Amino acid sequence: MSKIPALLAVTATSMLLAGCGGSDPDTVKVGMNLEMTGDIPAVGASSKNAAELYFNQLNEKGGVTLTDGPKKVSLIVRDNAAKADQSASVAQQLISSQGVVAMVGPNSSACAIPAGEIAESLKCVMISPWSTNPKTTTDQATGAPKRYVFRGCFTDPFQAIVLAKFVTNDLGAKKAAILYDVSSEAPLGQATLFRDTFTAAGGEIVAFETFTTGDKDFSAQLTNIREANPDVIFLPTYYNDVPLIAQQARRLGITAKFIGSDAWSSPEIIKLGGADVDGSYFCNHFSTQIATDEAKKFIADYTAKYGQAPDDVAALTYDACGLVTEALKAGGKNDREALREAFAQIREYKGVTGTFRFEPGSGDPIKSAVVLQIKDGAFQWVTNAQP
Amino acid sequence: MDYFAQQAINALQLGSIYALIALGYSMVYGVLVMINFAHGDVFMVSSFFCLLLLLVLPVPFVAALIIVMLATAILGVAIERLAYRPLRNAPRVSAIITALGCGLVIQNTTLSISPYSQRMPELFTPVTWQFGGVSISSLQLLIIGVSVGLMIALDFFIRRTRYGMAMRAIAQDRITVPLMGVPVNQVIAMTFAIGAALGGAAGVLYASAYPVISATMGVLVGWKAFVAAVIGGIGNVRGAVLGAYVLGAVEVFTVTVLPSTYRDLVVYSLLLVILIFKPYGLLGRPAVQKV
Repeated sequence: MSKIPALLAVTATSMLLAGCGGSDPDTVKVGMNLEMTGDIPAVGASSKNAAELYFNQLNEKGGVTLTDGPKKVSLIVRDNAAKADQSASVAQQLISSQGVVAMVGPNSSACAIPAGEIAESLKCVMISPWSTNPKTTTDQATGAPKRYVFRGCFTDPFQAIVLAKFVTNDLGAKKAAILYDVSSEAPLGQATLFRDTFTAAGGEIVAFETFTTGDKDFSAQLTNIREANPDVIFLPTYYNDVPLIAQQARRLGITAKFIGSDAWSSPEIIKLGGADVDGSYFCNHFSTQIATDEAKKFIADYTAKYGQAPDDVAALTYDACGLVTEALKAGGKNDREALREAFAQIREYKGVTGTFRFEPGSGDPIKSAVVLQIKDGAFQWVTNAQP
Repeated sequence: MDYFAQQAINALQLGSIYALIALGYSMVYGVLVMINFAHGDVFMVSSFFCLLLLLVLPVPFVAALIIVMLATAILGVAIERLAYRPLRNAPRVSAIITALGCGLVIQNTTLSISPYSQRMPELFTPVTWQFGGVSISSLQLLIIGVSVGLMIALDFFIRRTRYGMAMRAIAQDRITVPLMGVPVNQVIAMTFAIGAALGGAAGVLYASAYPVISATMGVLVGWKAFVAAVIGGIGNVRGAVLGAYVLGAVEVFTVTVLPSTYRDLVVYSLLLVILIFKPYGLLGRPAVQKV
C-alpha cells in the first residue's frame, strides 16, 4: 500500500518536468506534426527526412548555442494522418504534454489551419513548410496575422497570379477549365484565385468543376469539360488525384494541357501518372536544376542519405528548420515566448529554396516561384517568377 | 445528344462497379440480417491482390479475374469463420462493430504494407472507338459486360439451384431451416464466398478503370455501394443492382445539369426522399417480425 503514493509522486513529478519543456536541460525539443499516413504520405516522409537531415547536421556541429551553452535539438515526430481533426490533437499533444519549443508542420493547408489555431491559442511557434493557403497564418476572427504561426513558402494568391500569367503569356491560352477538390482548403482557394486572375487578364473560364476527396471517377465532370473545349485544364489538386484525372481525360479524347499547383510536386505524380501527365506544367517552390551552391550541398546530402533527390516539401522543411534554429539562436533561450519574439524579428533568411523576406508583423515570407514541366519522366525547369 | 450518350456510358460504368460491391452487402444482409461493413475493405484489398499477382506473374485478364475472385472468396470465408461465426447469436450490434473492426484491420494491414498509392499495370491495352462525339473504350464495355454477366449468373444461382434455394430459405427463417437438414454453416460460408468473390471482381475491374489504388479507397466506394444496396432494398439481390445503377446515373447526370458541387447533396437528398416513400428501398419488402 505504501508504495502507491510514492509511485504517484514520481509520476506527478515527471509529468511536471515534461510540462516544463523536458527533463534534459541540454536538449531542445522541436515537434513535427506530419502527414505520415493517409492520402499524402509522400509529403510527410519527405518532410521528416529533411528535418532529420537538418538537425543531425546541426547536432554534429555541436547543436544550437543558447545563452546557457550549446544544446542538441531532438525531434518528436507525430502522425496527423493528413486529417484536420487529428492534426489539431497532435498539435495539442506536442505542445501541452511533449513540451516542444516549436512545431514544424503540418504541410497540407487542411491540416495546418486547425493546427495553427491550436498553436496560436497555446502560444507556441508553429511553422508550416508547405501550406500556401492564406488562412493558415491569419486569425479567422479578426483577419489580422496570427502571432505564433509562420510559414516557409509563398501563398496561394501569389501562386495563382504566377500560373494565370504563365498560361496567358507563355502558353497563349484563352480558354481554361478548372477541376478541383471542393472539400480541401488549398485547392479551393487556388481555384477561385486562378479564376479571378485569369479572367482579369482577359481569359475565359469555360468550365468550373469540382469533386470530393476520395473520388476516383471524374468522367462526368470531364465530359462537361470536353464539351467546353478549353486550351488548358487547371488541376489545383494533390499529386495522388492528378494521375486518375489525367488518364480519364485522355481516354475521353481531351488533348488540352494540364496545369497544376505546388501540390503536384511529389515525384510520385510521375510514377503514378506515366505518359498521361507528360507535358503538364505546374508552379513550384524550388527546382534542383537552378540550385545555388548551398542548395546543391543540401541536394547532394539528401540524395546520399535517402537515395532520391529532395522534392519541394523536403527543401522547404529544411528551410523551416533553419528558420527555427535561427530564431532559437537569436532568442538565446529554450523558451517559447523568446523564440516567438526572435522569429518575428527575422527580416531576411537565405535558404536552399531561395531568399525569404518577412515584412514586420507578417508570418508569410515573400519569395520567388518556379514553373516546371513534367517531361520524359522528370521535372524540367521552365521559368522563374519574381514576387 | 452525343453529350448525353457519353454521360450515359459513364453512368453505366460507374453503376456496374457499384452493383458488384452492393451485391456483397445485400446477400449477407439477406441471409444473416447483418451489415458487413468490412466489405468495402475486402473490395479494396482485392485490387491489391490483383496488383500483387500482376507483379509476380503477368497473367491475362480472365486469369487475373478468376484468381483474384478465388483469393477474395477465401478471405471472405475466413473473415466469416474467424470473426462473425462466433458472434452469430450475440447481439446484432456486436456483429456490426466486429465488421467495422475487421474492415479497419484489413485497411491498416494494407496501409502498413503499402502506405503509398500504387500504379496498377495495365491488364490489357484498351482500344477507344469514336462514334460521332461519343468515345467508348473496350475497357468500359468489358466492365459493363463482366458485371452484367456475373449478376445474371448470380441471379440464376439463387433462383435455380439447390444452394440458392437453401440461401433463400435461411434468409426466411434461420431457426427452422436447419431442422430440415439444411447445412446452415456451409450455406452461410457460401454466401460470404460469393459476396466476396463479386467484390473481388469489382476490385479487378475498378483497378483497371481507375489504375491508382490506395489502402483507403475502399471506404468511400464501400459506403456508396452500401447506399446503393439500401436504395434498392437491402437483402434483395435484384434491388441492389437496380439501386447501384440508379446511384451511378444520379451521380453522373446531376453533374450534367447542376454545378458538380451539388452532386453529393442531390444524391443523398434523393436517398432520403426514396426512403421516406419506400422505407424498405425500391424493391425491398417489410420484414416479418418473428415473435
